[in-house]
Amino acid sequence: MLRYIYAEDLKNEPLLRDTMFRDRADQFKTRLGWEVAVNDAGEERDEYDDLNPLYVIWQRADGTHGGSMRFLPTVGRCMVNEHFLNLTDGVRIESPLIWECTRFCLTRGAEPTVAAALMLAGGEILDRFALRHFVGVFDARMVRIYRRIGSSPTVLGASGTGRDAISVGLWEFSQDAKERVARQAGLSPALSEMWFKQAFGRGQPQRFAMTG
Amino acid sequence: MKPRLEQILEDLEQATSLDHLQSALEAIRDHFRVDHTVYHWVNSAGEQYGCGTYAPEWAAHYQEKDYLRIDPVVQGCFQRFHPVDWKDLDWTSRAARAFQEEARAFGVGKQGFSVPLRGPNGQFALFTVNHNCDDDTWERFTEVHRRGMILVAYYCNQKALEFEPGRSPEPSQGLSPREVDALTLLALGQSRAQVADALSISEHTLRVYIESARFKLGALNTTHAVARAISRGLIVV
Repeated sequence: MLRYIYAEDLKNEPLLRDTMFRDRADQFKTRLGWEVAVNDAGEERDEYDDLNPLYVIWQRADGTHGGSMRFLPTVGRCMVNEHFLNLTDGVRIESPLIWECTRFCLTRGAEPTVAAALMLAGGEILDRFALRHFVGVFDARMVRIYRRIGSSPTVLGASGTGRDAISVGLWEFSQDAKERVARQAGLSPALSEMWFKQAFGRGQPQRFAMTG
Repeated sequence: MKPRLEQILEDLEQATSLDHLQSALEAIRDHFRVDHTVYHWVNSAGEQYGCGTYAPEWAAHYQEKDYLRIDPVVQGCFQRFHPVDWKDLDWTSRAARAFQEEARAFGVGKQGFSVPLRGPNGQFALFTVNHNCDDDTWERFTEVHRRGMILVAYYCNQKALEFEPGRSPEPSQGLSPREVDALTLLALGQSRAQVADALSISEHTLRVYIESARFKLGALNTTHAVARAISRGLIVV
């Protein structure tokens, strides 16, 4: 199922949290060879994980991480404006209507539907939080995956070549694109909507509930 | 006649005190034709101040009762960055229900849309549009106006940050050469397609540059952004 979890609430999901950070180490360090830090527990975390980002996570039936991505508002500290200005022609992308999406990660051997499910979640976020775009950082392999699930970003800039290329790209979501991605994910829009509402409210008890 | 949002933002831009922010909030309320607009700042020590159109008696009562601790809007938005409809918050506890009832008695409407705002050094504030109407009417209203409300919220917060005592001025980020080029060509009357072509970028990319420039200029739309860039001397045509 799709989960939407702010970093500060990850402590309530230790298995999901730990497998996510380990899968990130496996993808970004082991498979892609990015210069990321991996801690003694075998987890890849960076300073942006400390800024209370919102994670979208595909949780597998056994409770573990199947794939994920990380969102931060571009009006605060974020990766594209602190590390990738060289890929955006020096433009600081900054708007309350644009969020950054980074660390798009798939667990080893993830079903092809997982990437599509994550993109669908991205579409839900855009729609329901009134955003216009995501700006994201991704590797060359993801370009093929995004194309296959029918949700290719507009590339703003790239550095490196071949499989070492890192790109900054831009997503918009038409209703068409959302439906296409939902079909690719094998998920009904109603189910996706239910997962979203489960995470963000409509009478759902939240951890801040006070019992008076 | 309802005030134009562009004019409200022009006035806000010139604001030099909280009184001006107060006037802007009243004008924003009139623009959206709603019961209330509120800007509420809370710092890490739990100190707070607010501007807006709630009854002063409610504001005083809220402070006296230390309702920060139970207000589901504050509790639900703190440590979050997505905008919320009040229906998505948790009002189920007894304390929250009692709080809501009291608020209603002071004229606070049952519908609300709140935008969490965050500045440097853990600054936290909320911008809220509040109204009394049925759910369908409210849903139609937020569907049409949510982006406008989000932008206005951020512009109010940027202004409030300027008033913070002892604040060291933020280094102005300014516009990048690419953004200046894009706005200049638009100001010269070129279409988006022509501008994208001239800058050898896609129209998608251009849209993001314009979106980004618009926010840095505190503008509502492209025309407004171009006008502001010209009036500030950032572009010359």
